[in-house]
Amino acid sequence: MQPFSYSKPTSQPDAIASLQANANAALIAGGTDLLDLMKLGVTTPDQLIDINGLALATINVADDVTRIGALARMNDVANDGKIKKTFPVLSQALLASASVQLRNMATIGGNLMQRTRCPYFRDTAFTCNKRNPGSGCAAIEGFDRGSAIFGVSSQCIAVHPSDLAVALVALGAEIAIAGGEAERRVSVEEFYLLPGDTPERETVLQPGELIMAVIVPNSLEARRSVYLKVRDRASFEFALVSVAVAVDLKGTTIRSARIAMGGVAPRPWRVPAAEAAIAGKPATMANFSAAAAAGMAGAAPARLNRFKVTMAQNAIARALATATGVQ
Amino acid sequence: MVNAAQSFNVSLRVNGTSTTLTVDTRVTLLDALRHELGLTGTKKGCDRGQCGACTVLLNGRRIKSCMTLAVMHDNQSVTTVEGLAQNNKLGKLQKAFIKHDAFQCGYCTAGQLMSAAGLLNELRKPTAEQIRELMSGNLCRCGAYPHIVDAILEASS
Repeated sequence: MQPFSYSKPTSQPDAIASLQANANAALIAGGTDLLDLMKLGVTTPDQLIDINGLALATINVADDVTRIGALARMNDVANDGKIKKTFPVLSQALLASASVQLRNMATIGGNLMQRTRCPYFRDTAFTCNKRNPGSGCAAIEGFDRGSAIFGVSSQCIAVHPSDLAVALVALGAEIAIAGGEAERRVSVEEFYLLPGDTPERETVLQPGELIMAVIVPNSLEARRSVYLKVRDRASFEFALVSVAVAVDLKGTTIRSARIAMGGVAPRPWRVPAAEAAIAGKPATMANFSAAAAAGMAGAAPARLNRFKVTMAQNAIARALATATGVQ
Repeated sequence: MVNAAQSFNVSLRVNGTSTTLTVDTRVTLLDALRHELGLTGTKKGCDRGQCGACTVLLNGRRIKSCMTLAVMHDNQSVTTVEGLAQNNKLGKLQKAFIKHDAFQCGYCTAGQLMSAAGLLNELRKPTAEQIRELMSGNLCRCGAYPHIVDAILEASS
């Protein structure tokens, strides 16, 4: 790792002031992604600001809305009894992420800010428009089995790696951000940017801003929610395809559903066509399959990842079946 | 631009003994344990948080010591594999690993033991299925997994 200085502020204003004073500073909390990237030479901050001294680790499940502090550890959120009951998809997505050791370290805010697992991004020997804008994309025409099938550009086909973010999109969650003139909130869906011509810009977070919390609305749909993750091995692996669904079921009819996918796009990928196709329909396998097929419109697979289209379609149908108890 | 390299004093309580180190900011907790304190039971495998050989307990919870910096843990408590035995007597996990032959080459064993110790802090009576899932952060290239599961099951009984 390149040399860096270190500080551990104990108040949010101090942390933000330090961050704003140095454009090449980075925040560290769990460190499980940042230190990896620093060891690889992909990220080279000259100052680390350790925010573990800030009081941002609280999980507060209230009647109408839940606030999860940015420094809450993944395992603590996943195993919180109220979270499990109120937002099954959130607990399931977290428990399907990484390993216990990493979940004990990694935070909610850090999970949302983790960088892509694209092997070309993480190896400085290759070109990458995200790491080195304008250098080219080695993934396009390269080993693209893990790459995106939606939302890609001619500059970048990397997928967003977070399971948590996919669950949060299905739950309609927001991110509370400090550091600007006033605290602001952005939906998780709008927090992430598509690569377009600027794949180096991944979120709407501005320099000097800090994620404080995730705000999740409590809802009926949230209680009937499921995370389904498909991967190359049964545990401790990133998704090839994942699906988060939250369903409002009345009797045997789906009143509405929110559906988001992971492993298929540069950001958590909401699937409005599938949501529209299933709304108001009886909960049957045939209807789930039709909705899932509708959700694949516009898929643009590369060479080695065509299988993701079929896999994603099947995964949406299965997740809806699981959430509604349909065989 | 802030200019870089810095050293800090860090007080750690390791296996019940307090100690103060002076470390460069870049030193991981793993390297501090091995190189500064001579506690080489904790192993460096991948150094990327993938293999689990470096697992230790930090304030009672299992973590990967390669993916965190020593400087971040001032006044915190670490348990390494050297801390599992009490008064020169092996702990029950260690005895169960020996009884069930839960290793071949042994390189991953310290990490497996510490991860299992963390697991039993989280869940007193895990099933074999739960053990397989909750130990997935520890790789064993010799493939001793069935024996590792048996050993943890016995230690939890």
